[in-house]
Amino acid sequence: MSNEHKHDNQDVESHDHELGHIVPFKIYVTIFSSLIALTILTVVVAKAPIFHFGNTINLIVAMLLASVKAGLVSLFFMHLKYENPITWMYVFFPIFLLFIMMAGIFIDNPMRTLP
Amino acid sequence: MSHSETHAEGTNYLNCQKGIWSWMTTLDHKRIALMYLFTLTFFFFVGGLSALVVRTELFAAGAQFLTPKQYNNFFTIHGVVMVFLFIVPGIPAIMGNFLLPLMIGAKDVAFPRLNLLSYYIYIIGAVMALISLVPINTLPFISQGFSDWLVNTAGLGGPVDTGWTFYAPYSLAKSGTQSAVIWMTGAAFVLGFSSILTGLNFIVTVHKLRAPGMTWGRLPVFVWATYATAIIQTLATPVVGISLLLVIMERVFGVGIFDPTLGGDPILYSHLFWFYSHPVVYIMVLPAFGVIGEIIPVFSRKPIFGYKMVCGATFGIALIGFVVWAHHMFTSIGDTAAYVFSFLTFFVAVPTAVKVFNWVSTMYKGSISFNTPMLYAMSFVFLFMIAGTTGIYLATLAVDVFYHDTYFVVAHFHYTMQGGAVIGLIAALHFWFPKMTGKMYNETISKLTFVLVMIGFNLTFLPQFVLGMKGMPRRYFDYTGLEHFDLLQTLHATSTVGAYINALGYFLALINLLYFFWFGKTKAPANPFNSLSLEWQTQSPPIHENFAETPIVTDWTYGYGTKKDA
Amino acid sequence: MSTPTTSNAIESGPPHVHHMDAPTAYHAAKLGMWLFLATEVLLFGGLFTAFALYRYVYFAEFQAASVNLDWRMGALNTAFLIFSSFTAALAMDAAQHGDNAKVRRNILITLACGVVFLVVKYFEYKGKVAYGLFPYGVKGFENFLFVGALCLAIGASGVVIFTHNAKLKIPTILASIALVVAFYFLKGSIATISFDLANLFPFGHAHHPETKMVFNSPEFNTAYKSYFGLYYCMTGLHALHVILGMGILFWVYLKALNNRFSANYYTPVELGALYWHLVDLIWIYLFPLLYLVG
Repeated sequence: MSNEHKHDNQDVESHDHELGHIVPFKIYVTIFSSLIALTILTVVVAKAPIFHFGNTINLIVAMLLASVKAGLVSLFFMHLKYENPITWMYVFFPIFLLFIMMAGIFIDNPMRTLP
Repeated sequence: MSHSETHAEGTNYLNCQKGIWSWMTTLDHKRIALMYLFTLTFFFFVGGLSALVVRTELFAAGAQFLTPKQYNNFFTIHGVVMVFLFIVPGIPAIMGNFLLPLMIGAKDVAFPRLNLLSYYIYIIGAVMALISLVPINTLPFISQGFSDWLVNTAGLGGPVDTGWTFYAPYSLAKSGTQSAVIWMTGAAFVLGFSSILTGLNFIVTVHKLRAPGMTWGRLPVFVWATYATAIIQTLATPVVGISLLLVIMERVFGVGIFDPTLGGDPILYSHLFWFYSHPVVYIMVLPAFGVIGEIIPVFSRKPIFGYKMVCGATFGIALIGFVVWAHHMFTSIGDTAAYVFSFLTFFVAVPTAVKVFNWVSTMYKGSISFNTPMLYAMSFVFLFMIAGTTGIYLATLAVDVFYHDTYFVVAHFHYTMQGGAVIGLIAALHFWFPKMTGKMYNETISKLTFVLVMIGFNLTFLPQFVLGMKGMPRRYFDYTGLEHFDLLQTLHATSTVGAYINALGYFLALINLLYFFWFGKTKAPANPFNSLSLEWQTQSPPIHENFAETPIVTDWTYGYGTKKDA
Repeated sequence: MSTPTTSNAIESGPPHVHHMDAPTAYHAAKLGMWLFLATEVLLFGGLFTAFALYRYVYFAEFQAASVNLDWRMGALNTAFLIFSSFTAALAMDAAQHGDNAKVRRNILITLACGVVFLVVKYFEYKGKVAYGLFPYGVKGFENFLFVGALCLAIGASGVVIFTHNAKLKIPTILASIALVVAFYFLKGSIATISFDLANLFPFGHAHHPETKMVFNSPEFNTAYKSYFGLYYCMTGLHALHVILGMGILFWVYLKALNNRFSANYYTPVELGALYWHLVDLIWIYLFPLLYLVG
């Protein structure tokens, strides 16, 4: 059978003999409650006057909080934490491309000298 | 091999099941590849004929037999059909589908049903594109009320004349036959979806289905190229998807994203469009690089020179291809961005040159045999060098400002698209023809067609470099009264003659291959060119699941001229 | 709920795939799904880029326009989506333990959250349309709803075609066609009726009389049009993904009805859940961008 051969000379990504990772129930609950807490925090930071540090800072804070939430969802709900490097690469490469795209457009439009 | 069936002598993927239904519902990657081949060939000739119409109109100054409006329609049809319906799916969908599983020793692609689905999505997109070409309001047998409904509500009506790029303010115009923009961009969106699914399928196939022993360092160059292409297909196409979707949304709902009268920025459309459409030129040409990397070692009987560099350069091109898109817009973007993108664009030349050097070095001191595939491969290297070096002119900001939107650009990208992708595809079709069909073609006829294609191609596009340098703008219906008029007239006429010779060459090549596919008497041996690659180790044409037993790979595929190459 | 028995299970264990073994098939499907999610990220990425650019260019107008959105509605929807994401993860967990009844229960909760999300979204849209903040006015909104119904019908037909449940195929396709046709001819009355219904509930639009503007009036600044254009495109495309994700989860639900999942086969649940999480992820970014920091 081909399986034995497959095992010894293929690289990391093909330790494909077991299925996915089982995450304890407690972690799901913890993540869910942190997500709700972070949502409340996002709203409070954006809306409460004492947290108004200026538009740019508020935008950065809101995006950072959103990224933390997104990280929690992907790492634990989507089991990214237990995925192999290939999956990680295909998670981060598109995000990298997105930043490239934004950077390319932002060095054009705001710096455009109109006649 | 839990399911190794015993295959009767003479059974192969072509004749293991009979009937049109068995083809339409097939999950076999080789059959799907052939279905793509026939569909794409059809669209190649549709696009080619519209190109001939355009060239014929330009044969002499003044209006010949088209109105300016029809001229715009025809070059749009040529662009859209050739780009979205032929070259982008081109080599990946035909050769990639056929060869990828064979080359890595797999029985099929990872998701065979998804593969068939992307073929049908392609068909849906193609049908949408064809529907958008119908000039509804001039059809005699449709009542006025119905045709009004079709134009105003269903968004049909007449070929668009935006050019294949659907640039924003123009594609948003509500006048005339422009309503079909919705269908045309919708078609491009659907075709992009097909492209995404194909790319995704290939990536997973390469990761998960390599035969035992087929490590990354032993993969054939074509697999590397297809893998890099698949990354671009998967990750760049969604961006054009959203920009086309936004054009549709603007037309249907009147929201303001690109339309300057609604607060939009039309240059943003160009940015999003070229963020896809620049990498897409590498979707077109990278697999052709892979094809050439397979053909040259076989006919030079030498291992490919600098295997790691060739594979690395493939990825280098794919990655750099993502950061240079705005060089298509030098005349419309700000100065800072123009400097940055001009600078970055030069870097594309480095990995491309690495590949050219590697091909030439592979041939160096090899024992070269000039079979048709090798002739095409060598002409590819020659043509692509012209394409690449003229690309450097266009990357240079100061030069591009003058060459922008002239025939110089037209000639440059036809050297890459046709001299690169199409010649690569034809080389591949000749090289793998015995494997795909189990027959041999006539070598003399195919060499004749090669000569015709080369003469015709260069006669068409070399004069266009001069045309561009003399200031002939592209997409012009007429050139009466332009500066250097006599020269322009001569060059346009030459170019048109070349186009006809070129078309004749392609037509003969098609007839040659089709004739010997159906009526050929010579049965192809399993490995007529003595290649060491896996796909040649199974019978020609291959059996239904490619290999009677899963192959076990012990060495790379380029050991030509060594002891193993008996 | 009765415990799953083997007698009514049509098949058990992973489906036979002729060209690879079952664990490889599982990992291949998962990698394929991640790649598809990557394309979705870039699809929305185009919109986020456009939003970033216009927020930069039209900063003051975007701030002013964003107060027309009711952040409480957005927060409510965020909570619902996060909760549905949680239940989707639980469905996946249940499938890993082979508990089909629990898979069904969790998917139903997820689907219910999706429906609530869409209803809230509907009230928000309706509020803007009634306020004149929709480009084509009420008529355009009818078309908007029609596109939604079309997608729903196509999705439902697609889902049912690909399931093994033969009894459902023809009725669903017929119902989908009927839905589309009915929607096309009745969209005016449907919009009116739903407007009347919606008027019973006095929420859905943040009332800020000081910014009272109508989309197609001449004094309505182009920058506001840009904001609302992006708002409808982003949330509309997201709503479309919610519908699509619900379709996928419904397909998974049909499979769970046949007790199809076990500890060694749960690929569809995982793929459906992954897709649903992505829908959640996109919303996690959309909510602060559109509703909070504008």
